[in-house]
Amino acid sequence: MRLPEDCRYSKQHEWIRVDGDGGTVGITDHAQKELGDVVFVELPEIGQAFAADEVLANVESVKAVSEVYAPVAGEVVAVNSALGSSPELVNQDPYEEAWFVRVKLVDSSELDNLLTADQYRKYVEEESTG
Amino acid sequence: MPIEYSGIVGEHLAVRNRVGLFDVSHMGEIEIDGPGSLALVRQVACNDAGRLQPGQIQYSALLTEQGTFVDDILVHRLEENRFLLCVNAGNTGRDYHHICRQNRFGARVADVSDQYVQLAVQGPEAEPVLQPLVDLDLAEIGYYRFRPGHIQGVPGLIARTGYTGEDGFEIYFPPTAAEAVWQALSRSGQSREMLPAGLGARNTLRLEAKMALYGHEIDENTTPWEAGLGWMVRMDRPDFTGRAALAAQLEMGVEKKLVGFEMRGPGIGRDGYDVLRSGQKIGWVTSGSPAPFLKKNIGLAYVNEGEAFPGNRLDIQVRKRLVPAEVVKTPFYRRRRR
Repeated sequence: MRLPEDCRYSKQHEWIRVDGDGGTVGITDHAQKELGDVVFVELPEIGQAFAADEVLANVESVKAVSEVYAPVAGEVVAVNSALGSSPELVNQDPYEEAWFVRVKLVDSSELDNLLTADQYRKYVEEESTG
Repeated sequence: MPIEYSGIVGEHLAVRNRVGLFDVSHMGEIEIDGPGSLALVRQVACNDAGRLQPGQIQYSALLTEQGTFVDDILVHRLEENRFLLCVNAGNTGRDYHHICRQNRFGARVADVSDQYVQLAVQGPEAEPVLQPLVDLDLAEIGYYRFRPGHIQGVPGLIARTGYTGEDGFEIYFPPTAAEAVWQALSRSGQSREMLPAGLGARNTLRLEAKMALYGHEIDENTTPWEAGLGWMVRMDRPDFTGRAALAAQLEMGVEKKLVGFEMRGPGIGRDGYDVLRSGQKIGWVTSGSPAPFLKKNIGLAYVNEGEAFPGNRLDIQVRKRLVPAEVVKTPFYRRRRR
């Protein structure tokens, strides 16, 4: 399971990479493996604001549809339109090419509620054996 | 049976292009024999088992008195007075009791599900993969025909049927041989890049071929007329369970009809989603998925009878959005015959 050290992780399997007062959000390697072949990604509009844990996007695989939650509160400043034509990027490169949105953070202290790479790894391992 | 082994899309394409192996041992088997067996099968199943010769198979259905589906089944005529019904796993107990209740013909009815393992070898290369394991010439088994034979030396049934829209075989044999036969098939399929395939691919394959799934397209609230399965109902027979209700519905006409649709906008109409036209709900999706071989988003839906024509433009409620879809002719996929 790939887990870049420069990201924070949510228990709903999103990652956020913070840069100043903004952050880039996507879903984890573990999440894409669970989903299987991703065929469609439904992204929010630029300018939309989200509270933490609100539904930010939807990912459809052949198997099922899953919701993607905002790991922290924020306003969407950019969306990755490449996912519209190439949803398979989510399976191929979940941490770089397949970012979902860039957000402007509302309250950077919310990041403290998220997991580090190590904590997330342990969380996933416990969840899968649990 | 897992949802997937290596990935639904890869497994699906293996079956369409080459060959795939399914463990469908969960399916139920009910045996009916004795002098009253034909009369009982003709009473409970709406197709006509009397038209079968030993060695032939028929798609049929058990119906309620209201003409709705208890289950869809495959009837195998083993001998003049002996039948094997292959039924849906989750319905086996209910089917068994449904049949027993109507057994005024003195037939013997037995749930023999635990005596059989069922494997399905499906795809254009199924025949050469299975051939080395069996002691008969598979080329002599026609579509919807079966023969008793030995599989890795173990007695069983070899049927040319399937649930994928491809050529292929479903084989039935005792559970003690399950592991050995699976291994032997895996070895035999290796040079043809056969893949083990799971429930996910089984569902997308049957959907492309527009084959019904119990609990989705058919259930106790739907009739064969509504489900587009009227061809398997033999109304020329004087009596079978559900006939009177089906005759009445034929007279009255149906209110809803099953249609195939393709999404015309970004989104996938999934099971249970509402179907709308001009903002009014006119139906619901029974099965919907990306179609890995056709590379479209397809589905089946019940819609008001007047809306059930190819070319009709509908909307499907995908979460908060209405996504356009179009009624299309089915099946979505039809294989080229040999």
